[in-house]
Amino acid sequence: MGTAAEVLQVDRWVKACRIEDIPRLGARVVKSRHGDIAVFRNAEDEVFALADRCPHKGGPLSQGIVFGRRVACPLHNWAIQLEDGYAAAPDEGCTQHYAVKIEAGEVFLRI
Amino acid sequence: MKRMKLVMVGNGMAGVRTIEELLKIAPDLYDITVFGAEPHANYNRILLSPVLAGEMTLTDIMLNDVDWYRQNGISLQLGKKIVKIDRGARKVIAADGTAAEYDRMLLATGSNPFILPIPGAKLEGVLTYRDIQDTNAMIDAAARYRHAVVIGGGLLGLEAANGLKARGMNVTVVHLMEWLMERQLDRTAAGMLQQSLEAKGLNFLLGKQTAEITGGTGGRVKAVKFKDGEEIVADLVVMAVGIRPNTELAEAAGLHCSRGIAVSDTMQTFDPRIYAVGECVAHRGVAYGLVAPLFDMAKVCANHLAHFGIGRYEGSVTSTKLKVTGIDLFSAGDFNGGDGTEDIVLHDTAGGVYKKLVIRDNRIVGGVLYGDTVDSSWYLQLLRDKQDIHEIRDHLMFGQSHLGTSGHQGQNKAAAMSDEMEVCGCNGVCKSAIVKAIKERGLFTLDDVRKHTKASSSCGSCTGLVEQILASIIGGAYQPAESKSKPICGCTDHSHEEVRRTIREQKLLTIPDVIGFMEWRTPNGCASCRPALNYYLLSTWPHEAMDDPQSRFINERAHANIQKDGTYSVVPRMWGGTTSAVELRRIADVVDKYRIPTVKLTGGQRIDLLGVKKQDLPKVWRDLGMPSGHAYAKALRTVKTCVGSEWCRFGVQDSTNMGIALERDLWRMYAPHKVKLAVSGCPRNCGEATIKDVGVIGVDSGWEIYVAGNGGIKAEVAQFLCKVKTREEVLEYAGAFLQLYREQARYLDRTVHYVARVGLDYVKRRIVDDATGRKALYERLQYALSGERDPWQERADGEARHEFEILEV
Repeated sequence: MGTAAEVLQVDRWVKACRIEDIPRLGARVVKSRHGDIAVFRNAEDEVFALADRCPHKGGPLSQGIVFGRRVACPLHNWAIQLEDGYAAAPDEGCTQHYAVKIEAGEVFLRI
Repeated sequence: MKRMKLVMVGNGMAGVRTIEELLKIAPDLYDITVFGAEPHANYNRILLSPVLAGEMTLTDIMLNDVDWYRQNGISLQLGKKIVKIDRGARKVIAADGTAAEYDRMLLATGSNPFILPIPGAKLEGVLTYRDIQDTNAMIDAAARYRHAVVIGGGLLGLEAANGLKARGMNVTVVHLMEWLMERQLDRTAAGMLQQSLEAKGLNFLLGKQTAEITGGTGGRVKAVKFKDGEEIVADLVVMAVGIRPNTELAEAAGLHCSRGIAVSDTMQTFDPRIYAVGECVAHRGVAYGLVAPLFDMAKVCANHLAHFGIGRYEGSVTSTKLKVTGIDLFSAGDFNGGDGTEDIVLHDTAGGVYKKLVIRDNRIVGGVLYGDTVDSSWYLQLLRDKQDIHEIRDHLMFGQSHLGTSGHQGQNKAAAMSDEMEVCGCNGVCKSAIVKAIKERGLFTLDDVRKHTKASSSCGSCTGLVEQILASIIGGAYQPAESKSKPICGCTDHSHEEVRRTIREQKLLTIPDVIGFMEWRTPNGCASCRPALNYYLLSTWPHEAMDDPQSRFINERAHANIQKDGTYSVVPRMWGGTTSAVELRRIADVVDKYRIPTVKLTGGQRIDLLGVKKQDLPKVWRDLGMPSGHAYAKALRTVKTCVGSEWCRFGVQDSTNMGIALERDLWRMYAPHKVKLAVSGCPRNCGEATIKDVGVIGVDSGWEIYVAGNGGIKAEVAQFLCKVKTREEVLEYAGAFLQLYREQARYLDRTVHYVARVGLDYVKRRIVDDATGRKALYERLQYALSGERDPWQERADGEARHEFEILEV
């Protein structure tokens, strides 16, 4: 989260890219007022958005391997759940997740 | 859909593990009811000894508490002993009249301790050692009485004796046979064990047959009498003379039993609706009392209960370890030997070390280790894999161990390490943290420990120590996986070899093809199997299979090394470690232009530019104008060279140009793991060629080729492959060897691991003896590399732009 002034800003839907801009089983990095956000697309074309920081040591999740509804952090291989940002057991931790919607092939983030 | 009803009779470790496996693969198939005669949920029976010794409590050793059953929607009926199975009506009836119908039943009734049929066996103060109730009774007796007699000098008896001693009792172990643990140890090892237990204060009476237990006033045990007339005082007698599969219920229901409930390889009894697992069963006539085989059974049984119908249980090779603090003991297979076998023995009486391996037809068939068990996992693996050991026979006794050279203070014996000593130098995990996790979280496998503690999960150098710690706590329940059939990852049961073979035979060309054809359990694999599959596809079908960048680790996808802060490092290729003023100027300009914070020389005679932002990478590559050094890839990295005959007054061969030729020949070559070469111009070997995957050393009359060396986690000296005369021959032999490795090794195996598995003899047959085969291998390598472009140039030209561009909102 940012400063108090930023928090006061109301979250709104912001267009990030088109779905085909994100490789299947891959991710793109989106720079935002909340910092870098990793936007993932899985094999079923579901799109998820997480803060681009692993809860473990801050690794950039956007650079990890995506499988099912998870991403493996590239630094130490923690598996992070894409839908809620939680680390898969037995690891413990959570990273911020953001709501996503897709309209006519365009990806919107609520940030 | 209406769910089927599954009733499990017995609530022990094997049964509950089966349910866990079943819930993993078919969570919604059954309504499950579990009947347990004990009033407790599922606890870790292996850890009863630490409970007895006062190191842990019942709560510590619970594996599945009552909440677990509730969370998984299982109806748990505790304290209800099933007394009848009505197979006709398909229902079970408990002693209190509770009944439950079943579509499928799982019998997991476990075993009962054997009670000697002697007078006095029913006296107060005579116990067995089987469950938490026995353990509590022993703890209670230890607080009030002084003299304990343990009948039975086997594994269980010794652990009971050790625990009672720890609680302050005066303990005598009575054993019928001539030496302790005769089913696991030969006489020598047993003698050493006895000595160290005596030093801990235990007393032993061997070759003694118990005739009678006599009681005093009040009906409590008073003494134990032997057949030879001798008698000793006893306020507590523990019978630990063996277990009998509990088949009573099954027999009454008309199920065939013979030394256990008879089951097929699919864990079915003679009534196909009824499955059985655990200590109550006899599989191919063998009843198992160790946890590891029971877990194997659980896996197979769950698979069939889930209607998947694959997997058979084909029996287990078991091994034993004694869980008594400070004593390292291991035994497996046929440790006595006999006709047709030979022994290799190392016996150091003063040092307290005894090792014996029993060999038949160049294969290990059994062994005993006392005092130094660091290599037990390796021996067990060789035993189970039935690997031919004749090539390594001369150093077999000195072990290999999964232990790296550095990172754990030079320790190789976990037992000798103090609690606060660091075991895993990568993740900073000390011994006590590992011990705690194993005990409190009920861990059984190396993978479990890695997941929970991270110990040995990074470089793996301390794996041998972690295995020892695991074995010292859970004993024989720890069984290293059979390496030949080890699944590629948790997504499948198929081994690397099966996957490779199927890709070749079925001509599979994409990862979805493999995952679909081989019935992966996950929709698109995981971060472990996908890179392996991508490599197998590309190496099997070059120019036909398509590379899948999303299945590559980030370094190979971005063609640079990710650093801890998310920036990247760039290592341009410098052929044979040579460079020029022009290149150095360009590098310097790039460092200035992109404000690259660190410039460092690598161990492979190259220059590393560290701290490059990802979005700058294509521009950095364009400005450098040098090809990729693949310093980030499972591929040919560097060819290190010494100066050689062009300048060096000792050099007899031109090592620098030989190295350049090799590097030009092999660069862009992906492999199961990184590949490093070196060339030295004379036997002084300044290029350090003998710790490389392929090392070439110039001698006056030609070149010596060495393979399968390693300078990293565990220093390994490369082995001599052959000597050749010309530069062309060096290229052909080195290329052919690497192609063989590329075609046959498991993903992430270095050449040292690959050669250890297939043997140097095999490599020599394929590369040295078979000229046609060698040429064919070399040609296949060249075909695979042909047309392969420099990945940096491609990206500098605009390929895969999305990988490097950041979006902004």
